Amino acid sequence: MFDISASALAAQVFTGLVLGGIFVLLAIGLSLIFGLMTVVNFAHGSLYMLGAYFGVFLLGLTKNFWVSLVAAPLMVFVLGLVIERVLVRPLYGRSIDDPLLLTFGLSLVVVEAVRIVWGKIGLTIDPPRALSGALDLGFMTFPLYRFFVIAVTVLVLVGLWLFLERTNVGLIIRAGSRDPLMVRALGLDLGRVWLLVFGIGAGLAGLAGILAGPMRPVYPEMGITMVIESFVVVVVGGMGSLLGAVVAGIIIGEVVSLTTFFAPKLSEIMVFVVMALVLLVRPSGLFGEAGLLE
Amino acid sequence: MIRRAGDWIGRHPVLAFFIVFAIFPFVVPYKALATQVLIYGLLALGFNLLYGYTGLLSFGHAAYWGLGAYGTGIALAKLKVSSLWLALGAGVGLALLGGAFVGFFALRRRGIYFSMLTLAFAQLFYFVAFHLADWTGGDDGLRGITVLPVRLPGYTLSLDSPLAFYYFALVLVGLAVFGLQRILNSPFGAVLQAIRENTDRAVACGYDVTKVKLLSFVFSAMFAGLAGALDALRLTVVPVESLYWTTSGQVVIMTLLGGAGTFFGPFVGAATWLLLEDRMAIVTESWPLIIGAIFMIFVLFLPRGIWGTVLGGFHGRQSA
Repeated sequence: MFDISASALAAQVFTGLVLGGIFVLLAIGLSLIFGLMTVVNFAHGSLYMLGAYFGVFLLGLTKNFWVSLVAAPLMVFVLGLVIERVLVRPLYGRSIDDPLLLTFGLSLVVVEAVRIVWGKIGLTIDPPRALSGALDLGFMTFPLYRFFVIAVTVLVLVGLWLFLERTNVGLIIRAGSRDPLMVRALGLDLGRVWLLVFGIGAGLAGLAGILAGPMRPVYPEMGITMVIESFVVVVVGGMGSLLGAVVAGIIIGEVVSLTTFFAPKLSEIMVFVVMALVLLVRPSGLFGEAGLLE
Repeated sequence: MIRRAGDWIGRHPVLAFFIVFAIFPFVVPYKALATQVLIYGLLALGFNLLYGYTGLLSFGHAAYWGLGAYGTGIALAKLKVSSLWLALGAGVGLALLGGAFVGFFALRRRGIYFSMLTLAFAQLFYFVAFHLADWTGGDDGLRGITVLPVRLPGYTLSLDSPLAFYYFALVLVGLAVFGLQRILNSPFGAVLQAIRENTDRAVACGYDVTKVKLLSFVFSAMFAGLAGALDALRLTVVPVESLYWTTSGQVVIMTLLGGAGTFFGPFVGAATWLLLEDRMAIVTESWPLIIGAIFMIFVLFLPRGIWGTVLGGFHGRQSA
């Protein structure tokens, strides 16, 4: 079983990195939304799935991957705005469980609606011609598209970091997640910031969905296990910590990828074992602050 | 009128339970549905102890339901135990162990973390059962469960007829309802509700909140486990989906539909879900869309659920 070539192992490590990138995009959205408004968006997986389906729809319409790659996350972003404004906003000030329950109901509705519109059978997204084929790195060859996924993830993370650290809106978002009462007292309208952040989180989920499309099958239930695993990422990394989400996303991606390689039957289970271990040693997550937003 | 009936039910919940469910099989479209309401009602009852009374939202009750079903199923189909009581005990015992295990980990975090951790652990059990095919049947489900007759001192009752099984389940579920009422009316039950209302104050009063929560978690898991065990006998099969997150979601919806934190809400919710699903199946196959939308409306506008709204109107705390 351990008689494996170094290049196969290297390819598997790289696959883990790609999967980790998808996890990071999902977990950052979850973590941002939770950090700012203490809402766990259970429908996050459905938004991920919708990103992929909107991608399928736009590809059929425009025949252009690049347009779809930009437009599909934007559509999910707008949908996120609507969800926050219409469904989640009435629940602020009520029990912390209520938004979770509501978005759980929403995820059932969205998955079933997609089944009605696009059918229950899995679909596929073809990577664009420029990105098909593989890249030979000497010690391994790897599909070009997967390098592209990593590049996009890094680009989005840097952009998000600049947005949060270097812009006024980013400053308000960070202040709002630390002390919403004080931000309000300073006369800032947090409602608009919440709306925006929910939209950004949704858009990131949509981006993760269309990026994953050419690598994994697109089917109505694809978001469900992803949202659970993304939540594990957030728990491992520490809720509200963006660095934590990145590090934990890569760790979980590698854990899944490497156990798939060495012991396929354990791949789904190992994620939860890692989570349990982290909870035992550091209940607040690798980069989390104890007691934050509980 | 409804108010006064509600008051009476509030004073004699166990008696009211037995009266209603003694005639229940004869008012629903068919008797199998009545058995289902009873069993799913018990699952929701266990969930409600944790969510409605202790304020802990578990999104992973599929785990204890599934462990109960597999415990009983494996005892009967693989270990060939000779007593039905032993098989039921195996199911409840397995659920107890699972509840203690998950409770230990999940209770290290509060609030939303707790909810998602229970969900994650339930998925862990699902994948374990999926791969332990020698014991669980894996994807095909556990088959070959023989429902042994009930042996009491000097009396043996066959459970082959649906009505016999229904009344057998009624006695066990009724005992669980009685047990829950005793738990809630005990000092321990008062601490549970104190934790729900204000955890910090309960800590300040000197209660070992983590221990009390863990006990509530384990009790809740045992109720769910008994429900799962009965369902294994009802179906004579344990599908691996019984451990899947959809089961957890189902019990959350049922309980909130009926009314979380009310004594009979879980049964009202289970009956509503199962009757609606049964009727809707004739019209459309998009049942999740309908129940999801109904559930969202309840969360937004009727957070007290059907039974809570009937009892307390839109204000005041419910009692029954």
